[in-house]
Amino acid sequence: MRRVAITGMGAICALGKNVAEFARALAEGRPGIGPIESADVSQIRFQNGAEVRGYTHAPYFDDRRADFLDRFAQFAVIAAREAIADAGIQWTPELCESAAIVTGSCVGGQSTEDIGFHEVYKLGHNRVHPLTIPKTMANAGASHISMEFGITGPSFTLSTACSSAAHAIGQAFWMVRSGSTGLAIAGGSEAPFSFGILKAWEAMRVVSPDTCRPFSKDRHGMILGEGGAILVLEPLEAARARGARIHAEIVGFGMSADAGHITQPSAEGAARAMRAALRDAHLAPEAIGYINAHGTGTPANDPTETAAIRAVFGAHAGRLAISSTKSMHGHALGASAALECLATALALRDGWLPPTANYREPDPQCDLDVIPNVARAARVEYALSNSFAFGGLNAVLALRAG
Amino acid sequence: MSDELIQRVMKAIATTKRIPVESVTIDSNFLELGIDSMDAVEILFALENEFDINIPDEEVRSVRGIRQMCEGVERLVLAKSTAAKVPE
Repeated sequence: MRRVAITGMGAICALGKNVAEFARALAEGRPGIGPIESADVSQIRFQNGAEVRGYTHAPYFDDRRADFLDRFAQFAVIAAREAIADAGIQWTPELCESAAIVTGSCVGGQSTEDIGFHEVYKLGHNRVHPLTIPKTMANAGASHISMEFGITGPSFTLSTACSSAAHAIGQAFWMVRSGSTGLAIAGGSEAPFSFGILKAWEAMRVVSPDTCRPFSKDRHGMILGEGGAILVLEPLEAARARGARIHAEIVGFGMSADAGHITQPSAEGAARAMRAALRDAHLAPEAIGYINAHGTGTPANDPTETAAIRAVFGAHAGRLAISSTKSMHGHALGASAALECLATALALRDGWLPPTANYREPDPQCDLDVIPNVARAARVEYALSNSFAFGGLNAVLALRAG
Repeated sequence: MSDELIQRVMKAIATTKRIPVESVTIDSNFLELGIDSMDAVEILFALENEFDINIPDEEVRSVRGIRQMCEGVERLVLAKSTAAKVPE
């Protein structure tokens, strides 16, 4: 089987509008969390989110093109453009026909749907905008990437809540590894800041009133985020042969289902996904030096994830560095795993581990080395990126320094 | 606490959890009733609708049983009626 390299990376999120800005914020431990501006939150219990500040489509799409793209699909295309340019892909008709696109999204264009339903339910109008369906569908990101670049190969979208992008990158990784495609564009995007969605999150009572403090004893929940991140994956040998820059390798992918509770996480399910990723990568647990945690900052996730890491790594858990970058880019739902896989690749490439920001107080239930507040210089060879979704569908990616 | 309030709280819990109302007593705790965190969130939603109150997150963190829950609801209902009586 072929080795798989990450040769292109693109991102837009609360930490910046490209990978360089994203990397700088992570290295500085600087959260992109602040008062929500893109939706009216006067009637909502929480006020803070991790938004792409001051975002408008104007620098990226002309008005007519933007009419067809919900914000979440715009993020997917923006990140894909950067990733593809970064990879220096020279498109040939053969490559266009064989390249794959796999995206993840949790809620798709629900803010567009929100507007349409407001028209009929609340305002009593008798019609909804005709682009509501094509803007809302969760595969719109993948579709618009394919249209922009003329990619006609296998393209699809996965929706597994907070694991969506990890499942997407994992499938793309397997497709490239097995030889079923010579190039894959994979990641996720999300834009959940609309009144109806925020109300639904409020009702779950899992959103923090101030900020996201993963693994800290005084954590009070997650902070919603938005954005997109896309990776270009290629066979390592082919990438080397064409002189591409290898940011990192993806070496393993593992999945599991908790088969337990629809929202309560299970340490056993999480542990099984991490073990599956290690097995897929033919790695011993002791090889792992860093884990980008799911780390939502909810009371339930962080101790469960800690227990799962202890179960998988035993004594080595004490020697691992772990951090949750959701403390900075927020929980961007279906885009989260893509942002986190990117953060993991940057950590391996550049030799520093991103911190867990907003950390204040050790919690005996989360007694791992969580890199509090300040990034750490460290050369790590292998790392995991964890994603454990509502619904108990878990996905873990294993990466290797390039 | 009025009996009426207690009955309404217990009914909201029973209806949400789809258990016989007789199985809920003022001394029941969530653990005995098999109420997990998602059930609890749904019950709070039912109580907010039933009493037309807002139950802030910080009010509910330490609540483990029905009596405590009734006391909390009573406090919020009282606060609401007091607020309504005081002219702005």
